[in-house]
Amino acid sequence: MSAILEIRNATKHFGGVTANQDISLDVPEGAIVGLIGPNGSGKTTLFNSVVGYHPLDGGSIRFAGEEISHLRVPQIARRGLLRTFQQTHIFGEMTCLQNMQVSIPHGGAGLRNMFRAAPREGSRRAQDLLAFVGLEQKRHLRAGTLSFGQQKLLEFAMALMARPRLLLLDEPTAGINPTLINGLMERLRHANRQFGVTLLVIEHNMNVIMSLAEHITCLAHGRLLAQGTPAEIRENTDVREAYLGAR
Amino acid sequence: MSDRPASAAMTGPRRPSPWVLYGGLLVLSLGLPQVVPALATQLAFLWVMVLFALTWDLLGGQMGYNSFGNIVFFGVGAYVCAVVQRDSGLGYSAGLAVGMAAGAGVAVAFAALLGSGLLGLRGHYFAIATLGLGVAAGEIAAGIDYIGAGSGMVTPVYPGEIETRSQVFYYIFFALAAATFFTLRWLYSRQFGLAVRAIRDNEDKAEAIGLHTTRYKIAAWCVSAFFLALCGGALGNLVGFIDPRDVAFAASTYGVWMVLMAILGGSASIWGPVLGAVVFHITQELFWTYLLGWQRVALGLLIVLIVVFFPQGITGWLRERWPQLFGQVVQQGAGDPGDAA
Repeated sequence: MSAILEIRNATKHFGGVTANQDISLDVPEGAIVGLIGPNGSGKTTLFNSVVGYHPLDGGSIRFAGEEISHLRVPQIARRGLLRTFQQTHIFGEMTCLQNMQVSIPHGGAGLRNMFRAAPREGSRRAQDLLAFVGLEQKRHLRAGTLSFGQQKLLEFAMALMARPRLLLLDEPTAGINPTLINGLMERLRHANRQFGVTLLVIEHNMNVIMSLAEHITCLAHGRLLAQGTPAEIRENTDVREAYLGAR
Repeated sequence: MSDRPASAAMTGPRRPSPWVLYGGLLVLSLGLPQVVPALATQLAFLWVMVLFALTWDLLGGQMGYNSFGNIVFFGVGAYVCAVVQRDSGLGYSAGLAVGMAAGAGVAVAFAALLGSGLLGLRGHYFAIATLGLGVAAGEIAAGIDYIGAGSGMVTPVYPGEIETRSQVFYYIFFALAAATFFTLRWLYSRQFGLAVRAIRDNEDKAEAIGLHTTRYKIAAWCVSAFFLALCGGALGNLVGFIDPRDVAFAASTYGVWMVLMAILGGSASIWGPVLGAVVFHITQELFWTYLLGWQRVALGLLIVLIVVFFPQGITGWLRERWPQLFGQVVQQGAGDPGDAA
């Protein structure tokens, strides 16, 4: 399986603090890959570098064979690499349906694209995806009135609306009622298998990530600690010591 | 009445088509200067105020970028138009038309140039950066001899009778304000409208889904600049004299009023700025008539009262008070997956 995302020696400093140091990671196309590590280990910083918020100080990031570390956020997003946020980022004053419609793939920022009508196809697909995450009854509600969990689902649906090839999910189950986590995991698997979206997932819930991911990368103190299958990670003594707090 | 996005889901009495309202307003607007010809100039200024409020709201309300520098484009339009009229050798009407078009072109180019530098800034930083634009432009214009420096420029004398002059300019400004209204209404119904509201709500997210936000912001500022410059070109001719600080780049009057009117009416809606401009202009005219000498004090108090009692503007207040009529969302979320989260 070829890698859709290739990170090589990614390094990022903030002043004197090293957030990421020489991190290398491959995400195979079509896979679900987990990214774990204690708080402050540099997971979200790596996400931010991949999608263009924090340009690297050293190293390279290739997406579908193209170097993207010099590109800006919208340019990367338009190539099909999107992310969701730890704290939900939605358009709170707009309806759920409008949140979906504004998330249709943006072919470019030319005048024709800017002033085009919102396509009907977009509306149908928006409604289908809202139904997929169970929010079709709330399509005309202002998104800001949704509960935190519903906002997470909406943000996930918005990301799918943009037809991503690779989706970076930052703690998708954080703040979600435990009884709904299984449903969310099923939706993630469905997006991966049926929609063909490769997933790179930051997750603190060990049960979720061990069950969901095929490969897991563990960071600690901004450095790569271990990589392997969930079983290998579970048995890795370095991971257990640094992350799980046990020898 | 409001075109706000969240008004999509409503219950209550069926509202008449907006085109009925537009038709009524058209008849009223075309007939007013015939009914009260003595007020034609004041009514022309009403349309100027409507245009000011609408063009400010495009960035300040719809997009959430508070610009205090829009007056620059108005001034650029006024000066370019006057220079074309003075130097082109064209007749009055042709000179005015060509001058207004040239002013709009220069202002749009200027907006694109300024926007490339300033619209990368966000929030307060953008507001502060634009704050000095109008003042600086007035001082710069006052130092350029080619455009009359501090003495200003006199625009060509209207060739017709004095009585018809006010009416002609009334219809010019009415046409400009109507063109602005319907252009913005169309824009807000397109992908552009969704994008600018997305930028207002969460610019980081807008970028994260692939919107090139800076280009949308520049495009919006160019649209504002276009209509403001057309208005500036015509207003220079209505006033007959372009003073760099008090007419063209009147940051402390026109520049502030355009913000105030949009907020008074209710920003981020197409009708709010129109309503705000009408109320503000009528109030201001009454202050000048009945409180002469104290009109600035009264205006200052009005601003305080607006901010304290109408933080959401008139349309926001109407939506709260009569949600069935003015488009309040009435659906309440319950019972769907994710509720308990």
